[in-house]
Amino acid sequence: MSLEIIESCTNCWACEPLCPSKAIYEAKPHFLIDPDKCTECAGDFEVPQCAAICPIEGAILNEDGVPMNPPGSLTGIPAQTA
Amino acid sequence: MQLPVINNTASFPLPNPLPQAGEGANEPLHGTSNSGGCSAGSCGSTDDQMNHLPEHIREKVFNHPCYSEEAHHYFARMHVAVAPACNIQCNYCNRKYDCANESRPGVVSELHHPVQAVKKVLAVAATIPQMTVLGIAGPGDPLANPERTFETFRMLSEQAPDIKLCVSTNGLSLPDNVEELAKYNIDHVTITINCVDPDVGAQIYPWIFWKNKRIKGREAAEILIAQQQKGLEMLVAKGILVKVNSVLIPGVNDKHLEEVSKIVKAKGAFLHNVMPLISEAEHGTYYGLTGQRGPTNEELQALQDACEGDMNMMRHCRQCRADAVGLLGEDRGSEFTMDKVEQMEINYPEAMKMRAEVHAAINEELESKRLAKETKVQLVSIQGLKPKAVTRPVLMAVATKGNGVINEHFGHASEFLIYEASSEGMRFIGHRKTKPYCEGGDTCGDGESALDTTLRVLAGCEVVLCSKVGYEPWGPLEAAGIQPNGEHAMEPIEDAVLKVYEEMRAAGKLAEKQAVQQKVA
Repeated sequence: MSLEIIESCTNCWACEPLCPSKAIYEAKPHFLIDPDKCTECAGDFEVPQCAAICPIEGAILNEDGVPMNPPGSLTGIPAQTA
Repeated sequence: MQLPVINNTASFPLPNPLPQAGEGANEPLHGTSNSGGCSAGSCGSTDDQMNHLPEHIREKVFNHPCYSEEAHHYFARMHVAVAPACNIQCNYCNRKYDCANESRPGVVSELHHPVQAVKKVLAVAATIPQMTVLGIAGPGDPLANPERTFETFRMLSEQAPDIKLCVSTNGLSLPDNVEELAKYNIDHVTITINCVDPDVGAQIYPWIFWKNKRIKGREAAEILIAQQQKGLEMLVAKGILVKVNSVLIPGVNDKHLEEVSKIVKAKGAFLHNVMPLISEAEHGTYYGLTGQRGPTNEELQALQDACEGDMNMMRHCRQCRADAVGLLGEDRGSEFTMDKVEQMEINYPEAMKMRAEVHAAINEELESKRLAKETKVQLVSIQGLKPKAVTRPVLMAVATKGNGVINEHFGHASEFLIYEASSEGMRFIGHRKTKPYCEGGDTCGDGESALDTTLRVLAGCEVVLCSKVGYEPWGPLEAAGIQPNGEHAMEPIEDAVLKVYEEMRAAGKLAEKQAVQQKVA
């Protein structure tokens, strides 16, 4: 059970201090989550904190590889064909 | 816990005992700036709003380029990008952005750890002695990164006590941080307040992060607004100067901002800065991608004028990057990238002596200007005001590199300051950015289109004052009804503008144009 940060992360530091398990760490080219430490905040918070503050849609995936914040969910900008 | 008082709250006697924070406690402070006999410019000039302020406030802002229109000609500021995290999303912001060629809030090239940031600040302060102010403005929200922000402030207050510290915030975490801010001699705080109505806020803020949850819609706006207002009241109660920034978003909060201005003034904010929305599609913001336009120069000016009756308005904001360095309107950030800073050997105690000398020289100049102005006013009051014929106001554009004089070539100006001269004196209206008509050398190839841009941004102006203007742009400027004028090079802006206005009066141009306008009307 672990979330994952992927390459669209902008290294904004918002998630790092919030993690109750200290699973998030600064890395190059972007922050990472230690899968052995991540609890998805179970027992600490109602919702995973990193995904609740992350401003980038799609940057954090759940354990099935599905974006915690799908396109359009945060900015209201309709998904674009990139 | 009692900490050493660095903040000069103790020496900040409010004119009235605070009845209750937030209930017009500071009213007299602002009343002086716009309700006195000088408000209409009978003192010769209306742009020096700082001269009307009580001494203890003027002392705090006279050398702060972001708080004083006069100071911004002489003193420089810098921002350090130590605060990348944000706790809200605004529809005019795209958190993915990072570009060296963009000048606007929220954009930076290099993010710094506090230790690096302090190194950079000392290097800049030693190299640019006019630098008086260090601000933390992002690229996220400084108070959503309290450890990094306060670590930077703590080190700077120890190592560089001659630098003023200030911070800007969206206000969400402000009430939790007011105590901490007061510890570090931070006596200038800017809060971005775009609305006081949650229904308006819901169109500006898609979400906030609050008490460990992401909250959306109207509820989010409601919480944010309450926190902003509470933070404003707490700062004012502590004697910390508060500037309020508002982004003017046509169709969203344009009608609403007059009310915002009244409310923040009543609560004790000292200055209101209404800025135009920046929403180019290529910036990838919600507003940019959904076609929300920014205001025109005229719309911005009209709103600033409407708010001015109630509030001290800032009109010289350049909407700097979160890592800007130098005088407002210039950015010397590229001279101070981290690899360059690492190479510099800085002896700050030595630099501080040199800085003190430079500041003293500038202060002397400002003081003598102020005295000269006061003498003029006294002369007028002794001789009595001769009733002057009321003549129509004229907009003039000025090219300047700073120091309050006309010292920039027309072709090199990347922005013009706009002044309004009238029979009542002159006042500063704002600045307008352009592409320099001629960068010099080989880059003159697209000179023609750059000139078109300048002609467009100078629309409404009848004169452009600069240290020099070339033969080529002369004709097109005249054809556009803008008289080029290079006769006042190195003269103080105010003297030159008033002189040219007098010349226009003597030449009968003021009456003439008015008649034409009346005919049109």
